[in-house]
Amino acid sequence: MTVTAGSPAALALGDDALVLSHRLGEWAGRAPVLEEDVALANIALDLLGQARVLLSMAGDEDELAYLREERAFRNLQLVEQPNGDFAHTIARQLYFSTYQRLLYAELAAGDGEFAPLAAKAVKEVAYHQDHAEHWTLRLGDGTAESHERMRRACEALWRYTGEMFQPVEGVDVDWPALQGHWLASVSAVLRRATLDTPEGPRTGAWSAGAGRQGLHTEPFGRMLAEMQHLHRSHPGASW
Amino acid sequence: MATAAAHQTARADADGTADEAARTAAAYEAVFDAAVAADERIEPRDWMPDAYRSTLVRQIAQHAHSEIIGMQPEANWITRAPSLRRKAILMAKVQDEAGHGLYLYSAAETLGTSRDELLDKLHNGRQKYSSIFNYPTLTWADVGAIGWLVDGAAITNQVPLCRCSYGPYARAMVRVCKEESFHQRQGYESLLALSRGTPEQHEMAQDAVNRWWWPSLMMFGPPDDESAHSAQSMAWKIKRHSNDELRQRFVDICVPQAESLGLTLPDPELRWNEERGHHDFGAIDWTEFWEVLKGNGPCNEQRMTQRRQAHEEGAWVREAAAAYADKQATGKARA
Repeated sequence: MTVTAGSPAALALGDDALVLSHRLGEWAGRAPVLEEDVALANIALDLLGQARVLLSMAGDEDELAYLREERAFRNLQLVEQPNGDFAHTIARQLYFSTYQRLLYAELAAGDGEFAPLAAKAVKEVAYHQDHAEHWTLRLGDGTAESHERMRRACEALWRYTGEMFQPVEGVDVDWPALQGHWLASVSAVLRRATLDTPEGPRTGAWSAGAGRQGLHTEPFGRMLAEMQHLHRSHPGASW
Repeated sequence: MATAAAHQTARADADGTADEAARTAAAYEAVFDAAVAADERIEPRDWMPDAYRSTLVRQIAQHAHSEIIGMQPEANWITRAPSLRRKAILMAKVQDEAGHGLYLYSAAETLGTSRDELLDKLHNGRQKYSSIFNYPTLTWADVGAIGWLVDGAAITNQVPLCRCSYGPYARAMVRVCKEESFHQRQGYESLLALSRGTPEQHEMAQDAVNRWWWPSLMMFGPPDDESAHSAQSMAWKIKRHSNDELRQRFVDICVPQAESLGLTLPDPELRWNEERGHHDFGAIDWTEFWEVLKGNGPCNEQRMTQRRQAHEEGAWVREAAAAYADKQATGKARA
């Protein structure tokens, strides 16, 4: 089934939030402490709320979430990466929430179609960034083991950070400036966490912007299979 | 001679002290009994009988454990929820359960135990959690059935606990009950959508109710004549109603709700008894109940494995947080 969608920008931003929310939802009942079960679910819910608003701007939220195939999703590859260990999840959160906070702050300040959503979401995203930053500090500057795990996680996800700054059609921001602010912010947090800023390439095997063009990594198809299975098994049903 | 005399004196002193201690304990006990009789709340710094304290620790811990193990059967469906709205509702609910676990561990800690100690007891099987969470969620409709029936039974049990004699527990229950009633209505509404949906959805809802009805009735615990702790808990006003009273109340509430849902309850003996003013219902399979309680239910092993695994795999994270906090504290002390 082909689902036609409107604004590519609403889809790109909506898919980011939808997919990361799903990944965080996989943590429910598995977090290292009860407080983190609450926090991760809280972040997942905020993101799902953002996804619903954004996808509704592009079409029907459920059709878009459940009836598109992998090649039609426009999310960043970063957000579809499997949870891995807690450090991996936190590194993904640090990279993405810093990006989202900078992006939404700029969108909120403008008068484009995303300004009202961004104005609300930027408050949530500030909390997400704060959460990621604090855990980066605790893990980076905690024990030898946590330092090593956090270092590995930051390295492993680094290759997915370049695509965040590939311009999205219809999102009117200064992308190179955004990238500069992002690098400065993330590097400062990593330094405080006694971690080095990774030095490897930031675009992975695909060219930058792959996720935005519907080119995803292998784990994403499985994630969608699980997410969409029930909805697709009952065509036309309402829930 | 001198030695014997010294012994005698010592014994007399000891007797004197013991007598005094006994008199003091009796006085404390009288104050406690009077407070309970007057429906006053017992607070953490108040004197309380050791058995009252240990009963409460057991009950509150079991309640807290149930909240966190109870996240599993529902979280099982988060990644497969069929619409974004239902997914958001389910995530919020599972998050609330973690929050309830937190309130309840805090309430238990006011009795002089710690969350770590209680979690250890859960992980090594020395403390239990509600038997209901040892049943599997096999379809999406199970999420609705859990909301309607399992949360419904929990509320029936917990509303009287809002008046429990121990203050911190009673106050935790007020907050928990508010959120639980909300979940229960959402579960009912979700089942209603299925019941009125396609024939496949209706069948899914009926199948879920068929599987969750009897386990929900078992949530009220063994029959009154087999309930080990009931009499004492009622005397202490920890419990306000017997297991069978609450179970009857729950059945009476559910029958009309099932009718308006357009679903049947899987009990051929269920009928209104004009004389009693209550519904009569069939016999519960207590063998199954005791088996599940002993660890032989369908998911006991799986639930405990996941819980222990989450705890063990999270150990390095908790150690990191502690090490970081220590460094911060030392750094500040030095500054």
